[in-house]
Amino acid sequence: MRNTQRSQKIAFFLLFLATLLIVLPVGLIVVIIIQKGLPAINWQFLSDIPRQGMRTGGIFPAIIGTLYLVLGAIIFALPIGLFAAIYLSEYAKDNMLNRIIKLAIVNLSGVPSVVYGLFGLALFVVFLKFGASILSGSLTLGIMILPIIITTSREALESVPQSFREVSLSLGASKWQTIRHIVLPNAIPGILTGTILGLGRAAGETAPILFTVAAFYLPCLPKSIFDQAMALPYHLYVISTQVPNVDEKVRYGTALVLLTLVLFMNLVAIIIRYNFRKKKKW
Amino acid sequence: MVKFNAKNLNIWFGQIHALKGVNIEVEANEILSVIGPSNSGKTSFLRMLNRLNDLYPGFKMNGILEFDNEDIRKIDVEVLRKKVGMVFALPLPLPLSISENVAYGIRMHGIKNRSEISEIVERSLKQAYLWDEVRDRLSVSAFKLSGGQQQRLCIARTLAVEPDVILFDEPCSGLDPISTAKVEEAMLKLKKDYTIVLVTNNVKQAARVGDRTAFFLSGELVELDRTEKIFTAPSDQRTDGYIRGKFG
Amino acid sequence: MRKFKEFIIEKLILICGLASIFFVVLIFLFLAKEGLSVFKSVTPFNFLFGKSWYPISEPPQLGILPLIFGSLLVTLGAAIISIPIGVACAVYIAEIAPLKIKEILKAGIELLAAIPSVVLGFIGMVTLVPWVKSTFHLPTGLTALSGSIILAFMAMPTIVSIAEDALYSVPKSYKEGAFALGATHWQTIYRVLLPAASSGIVAAVMLGIGRVIGETMAVMMITGNAAVIPQSILVPVRTLTATIAAEMGEAVVGSEHYFALFAIGIVLFIMSFIINVTADLFLHKRR
Repeated sequence: MRNTQRSQKIAFFLLFLATLLIVLPVGLIVVIIIQKGLPAINWQFLSDIPRQGMRTGGIFPAIIGTLYLVLGAIIFALPIGLFAAIYLSEYAKDNMLNRIIKLAIVNLSGVPSVVYGLFGLALFVVFLKFGASILSGSLTLGIMILPIIITTSREALESVPQSFREVSLSLGASKWQTIRHIVLPNAIPGILTGTILGLGRAAGETAPILFTVAAFYLPCLPKSIFDQAMALPYHLYVISTQVPNVDEKVRYGTALVLLTLVLFMNLVAIIIRYNFRKKKKW
Repeated sequence: MVKFNAKNLNIWFGQIHALKGVNIEVEANEILSVIGPSNSGKTSFLRMLNRLNDLYPGFKMNGILEFDNEDIRKIDVEVLRKKVGMVFALPLPLPLSISENVAYGIRMHGIKNRSEISEIVERSLKQAYLWDEVRDRLSVSAFKLSGGQQQRLCIARTLAVEPDVILFDEPCSGLDPISTAKVEEAMLKLKKDYTIVLVTNNVKQAARVGDRTAFFLSGELVELDRTEKIFTAPSDQRTDGYIRGKFG
Repeated sequence: MRKFKEFIIEKLILICGLASIFFVVLIFLFLAKEGLSVFKSVTPFNFLFGKSWYPISEPPQLGILPLIFGSLLVTLGAAIISIPIGVACAVYIAEIAPLKIKEILKAGIELLAAIPSVVLGFIGMVTLVPWVKSTFHLPTGLTALSGSIILAFMAMPTIVSIAEDALYSVPKSYKEGAFALGATHWQTIYRVLLPAASSGIVAAVMLGIGRVIGETMAVMMITGNAAVIPQSILVPVRTLTATIAAEMGEAVVGSEHYFALFAIGIVLFIMSFIINVTADLFLHKRR
């Protein structure tokens, strides 16, 4: 009997070690970026345009570009994704068509981001002649985050108890009225969580925007959706690999801004989800 | 006058034959108690009357079922459900305030005028014997009420849309005796203006409340007669056995 | 009037429901439109198995075998690292971690998954690559090994969260039955829970690997971009994804190079389709 207790202790220790092996480096990464990036962060860095081939100056256009892209992506993905989720949760029956739809969503969520970039290039930039632009980039990112929106929204809708729907219908409300007045309002926290997670993903992706929107060095801000734009992830890539002699803290500073933006969004999503689960009245 | 008329009604949920050749008439302004052991088909029968069974993917029916002499499948389902209301087994308030719960049905049917709505809310809560207990906290969440109060809220909610028929699906199963008595009292007073079909597991409740009683067993309607007759001298042996508690 | 509005809305809902199929088909169509043209200049066999990738030479040499090897090597390395550690971590979180720490760990893993790949690539460049260079005494630290290590960190969150879900959904009665028979917690884990959750764990691993194969930025920044068949794990390699990202900027629209890059995109699309659909099948397999 003591042998099995001992092997359990060893096993549990190894498992704990494995967990540390994942968690500690993450913490380390965050700490390094904060430590080395913080010195670069000041109002000028955040609000100025890049100068001297990005060696000095700020990253303001990249921040704005990222915000535009993310906004565009969600304007496209949220309505379509939400309605698709409503279809799957409230209207779809268990038949071949709907199994294919679910398969398609699984497929979309696994497509490599660079393949989305190729697709965006072929469809939006070349075929539809939008050119490398915020429009092309947003649409590409929008399609990329569509599966996230659909999946999380569907889970949120499905978690509304069936009994609420029965009560509503038994009072003579129509199916759509039931969805609009009972199901949707109670699924909003879950939908919000999914939306924010989608936004975080869109903000951090580089490959889809490489050929569809990203510009290397644009000292002025984009004026329309047909303009190119800078973006934080691409900017970080460029100053890390293409531009020599950039001050180390500028690179870390850019990484810090991007990381903060993405982690902040994810943290907000996690908090909303946690609060919702605690406060659920049913 | 006959409110519901079923002839040779058969229904299936997938492979399960839930109602077998049921012939029954529900008369206006009566309370019809429906009793039987679990899986006897009594709830399935009740849910036929407001077409809630349509929600199940494998549902099939054949035979005749009429409401006010019209084929129930041909009536617009939203109109039917406005006329045939249902109170469910567990109190099921919607996640809204007390007054919003009561007003939900009439809002969905297009009534927008605020004073009209609050008038209807007050009237319905009074009919359900809940008004005095909640009159000064109408905007409080419905979940704050006790079980018995929530169930009376559900009755008020159903009354607000002015149905002809109210279906009660084991409405007192989660309630204490005092709340049960209040719900039964409400049912008896409502009979004057409404037709009531009550499905209940509590045989004594069926005897207290129903004008006629129907006994279902394994999907069949075994016997239907005036309540006093069913409970003193039932024609079918199975009815007798169930009432005496010999099975079920 | 209301009925008419609702009819329109419900039709819109249906259209959006079909949207995902529409987009999958659209993506494949456009990849094929541009990519299949490459087979005018090179046969599929030579494309997939050709050993030389020199797309800008005259005539262009378009064999992607070195790139396939690059992807496979990096993925294999990442798998070897991430699968045992990831599954072990999932077991720890699902079974052993105390409740409060469990929530923090799960949030931590979720945050790791959210770190953009370009940030991980950047960190890898400035910390891991020099370390690999000095530890192994190499001319450069931009190697497949460096790529594998960073990619392992990208695969592990996926593996951990899906495997942890799989372990969590094993019915409690299995565990209770084993305890009732006198098994220790650890014995229960490896004799009962892991086998019961095996299809979910396989799915988790597949999805993690799928994420690694599709990864672009981090590999581009760390693996060195040498498009030759690697002889060991300590040399620079080039993956399929990095090739597209690195070269599309230079390829002229409509040139053979351009078509070839799209053809690589088709290969990646098919690979990810197979992996994701298979993983999904495993996730829904009922024992």
